[in-house]
Amino acid sequence: MANYSTNEFKGGLKVMLDGDPCSIVSNELVKPGKGQAFNRVKLRNLMTGRVWERTFKSGESLEGADVLELEMEYLYTDGDMWYFMRTDGSFEQYAVEKRALGDDEKWLKEQVPYTVTLWNDNAIQVTPPNFIELEVTETDPGLKGDTAQGGSKPATLSSGAVVRVPLFINEGEVLKVDTRTGEYVSRA
Amino acid sequence: MSDAWRPTADMTTLRDRARLIARVRAFFAERGVLEVETPILGQGGSTDIHLASLSALARTAAGRQRLWLRTSPEFHMKRLLAAGSGPIYQLAKSFRDGEVGRRHNVEFTMLEWYRPGMSLASLMEETAALIREVLSPSTLSDEQGPLRCRPYRELFHEHLEIDPFSVSLDRLRRLAAERGFMPKGALDDEPRETCLDLLMSLVIEPTLGWAKEDSKGGQGSLCAVVDYPASQAALARRHVDAYGDEVASRFELYFQGVELANGYDELTDAAEQQARFDEDNAQRRRLGFDEVDVDTRLVAALAQGLPDGSGVALGLDRLIQLALAKPRLSDVLSFDTSGC
Repeated sequence: MANYSTNEFKGGLKVMLDGDPCSIVSNELVKPGKGQAFNRVKLRNLMTGRVWERTFKSGESLEGADVLELEMEYLYTDGDMWYFMRTDGSFEQYAVEKRALGDDEKWLKEQVPYTVTLWNDNAIQVTPPNFIELEVTETDPGLKGDTAQGGSKPATLSSGAVVRVPLFINEGEVLKVDTRTGEYVSRA
Repeated sequence: MSDAWRPTADMTTLRDRARLIARVRAFFAERGVLEVETPILGQGGSTDIHLASLSALARTAAGRQRLWLRTSPEFHMKRLLAAGSGPIYQLAKSFRDGEVGRRHNVEFTMLEWYRPGMSLASLMEETAALIREVLSPSTLSDEQGPLRCRPYRELFHEHLEIDPFSVSLDRLRRLAAERGFMPKGALDDEPRETCLDLLMSLVIEPTLGWAKEDSKGGQGSLCAVVDYPASQAALARRHVDAYGDEVASRFELYFQGVELANGYDELTDAAEQQARFDEDNAQRRRLGFDEVDVDTRLVAALAQGLPDGSGVALGLDRLIQLALAKPRLSDVLSFDTSGC
């Protein structure tokens, strides 16, 4: 892999730090008037999801991480592993551990494409699409005619996620949800 | 269509910028300081280890020649002083390669001025007066007394409980790595200066220039740092402080955690100047950096005689950024380097 120096650091660049693949979140130059320059760098550890703050001397470099992001469809789970399939026509399947799903397990739906991050050909992270459509499996009955009132109630979706929805939503309806915030957007 | 052609600052900001620059010009006009313009390209460049110069290949009367884009207008302005210009100032487009960030842009505007016959202390007050005039009253706390002045040594003592002049190199390296979010041992091959720079930039600087000490946020208040270690003198003279240590005769001014200005009691000794240039280039060779052509005409001007006095460089874009309370330097530039 190539090496990247601090002045090539930018958001999204994947580098190795302390043996783990990381994604650069931000890079800020710090420089006293007449002195040595440093870079204050925030990196997300892709194995743990934790954000690290580190200082580097400007011009120092890190090894690039062999990280690939691919689109894959979710297939099924056997309870231990979650299975995804590449959508590029190769039909290659990857088994994913729960750790790589993290909190996003609740947004899984069959045949929906997810972004799967591979490191050395191992799936280390699964990112759902920003918006996903899911069916309501459980919620209190809808209030007729109430389309404008504020107020919300919890609804359980087919993936297991629980979101706050407007009072007029009924079981069986399909909703559009923002997976980044976990918020209801609209009826699908 | 892509929006990449658009300016990085909005039009209101550009009007505010023009108004503030007019105020700067009025400030110097009132004080009888002459506005000058000097070349952006020079046959010599800055040898400063921590500055990366840009250069250009030009066809000139001398043939194909490498010319250096100035990192500050200092050398040409000093040649004017040696020629008898008297007090001068310049709004100088300057260039520093690789300096990109919230408070940096590769190309930036430096406001630099020189005061023959003026003491460093008086120039410090004049610099503060200019900054107060440009900053809006709401960002500035209302104290208008003499400038708050903090010796470099005192700040390290207060924030880190060490004496930067006498602390052992081992302890300094360990402390800098720990407080600077670096792995253990990361600074084991680094000189004192690197460790001191790191602690200054990451631990001390953010606390300087606030109306209430030790509180980041709210109103700012100018703060001057003085008596830097002699090794950080650059083009400043040196003197011995009350503790018997040699220190640099220079100051830096901070406002809201941002370094705004850097002033020197100017070195006028041609031989000393030549020696510092040569030492810089020797160190550049050791570190594997490109050497920079020494400005022999500056050395010749110093040999002819530079009047005693002081000079200061101020980051004008930063001052405007603070005056207009903008989060990024690019917010006050018509086009930043990434959008140029």
